[in-house]
Amino acid sequence: MATQTSDMAAPLPGSSDYEHATSLGLANDKLAIWGLIGSECLFFGALISTYLIYQGRTGDGPTPAAIFDIPFTSASTFILLMSSLGMVLALAAIQANEMRKFRAWILATALMGSTFLAGQIYEFSVFVAEGFKLTTSPFSSSFFVLTGFHGFHVAFGILMLVSLWIASMMGRIPQRLHTTVENVGLYWHFVDIVWIIIFTAVYLIPAATSAAAQ
Amino acid sequence: MADQDHDTEHSHPGVGQYVEIGIILAVMTLLEVVIYESFDSGLSTAIGIPALLVLTILKFALVVMWFMHLRFDHHMFRRFFYVGIALALLVYGIVAANWFLGEQIGFCCT
Repeated sequence: MATQTSDMAAPLPGSSDYEHATSLGLANDKLAIWGLIGSECLFFGALISTYLIYQGRTGDGPTPAAIFDIPFTSASTFILLMSSLGMVLALAAIQANEMRKFRAWILATALMGSTFLAGQIYEFSVFVAEGFKLTTSPFSSSFFVLTGFHGFHVAFGILMLVSLWIASMMGRIPQRLHTTVENVGLYWHFVDIVWIIIFTAVYLIPAATSAAAQ
Repeated sequence: MADQDHDTEHSHPGVGQYVEIGIILAVMTLLEVVIYESFDSGLSTAIGIPALLVLTILKFALVVMWFMHLRFDHHMFRRFFYVGIALALLVYGIVAANWFLGEQIGFCCT
């Protein structure tokens, strides 16, 4: 039995055999990434809940209306949304075996993600310079923890995108591995949908309500 | 099995549809900013906040259904995602109930 197992070559991800290697007829890696996304919903759900509870507890620190730069964050949001478009165009390109287009879109997606992350670092540095720090108030703590963890997720996504681009430049991402690109894309879109919620629940609504209360 | 493969591999949207969804998402984000800016011009939060929430849900659904292919993929992937969302909402419900009820009876959160 052991000999039989070792003699059999394992199906490669993306190959036709690979799709049929599970009892469900679904690729294990794609199922795993959806499992990860499901658990991440819970993770960010807990952080967003904490923020919504604490966003009115500003203590002596600034209110959301006083500290947030909505036009700047709107531009960042737009860039992250467009990076999701870049990601699906990269996937469509590799599925059509257009490798040059794939590399261009995957690089563009990584660059847009990096721009978003640079904007977040700039925003954090401005906040800290204005005295809005992690320990200023329950509001600031929940804000930095939530958006900081989201930033870590974006950074990890950028690493995966750059890895895909480098591997593709080295000829290590053939067309049959498009499911790997799709899995990275699923993670990237998840990071995007979390930001869609953060933009409204963390920035727009608290800024509007705290401005109305003043 | 063949049906499942069809569901998972061959029903994804084309480039044109992806671009259309991207444009719709960009317009919705612009609308959100316009609504936010309208609060300064006297737009009531009772109207503006529900409008923002609706736009957010629509953007969320567009990305999930079209860019993440949940509309086209196997139902098993949908279940994983919906369970995660349901649990996240449950966590919010529990935390919010604990917070507001606790505050009312003076148990916590002062």
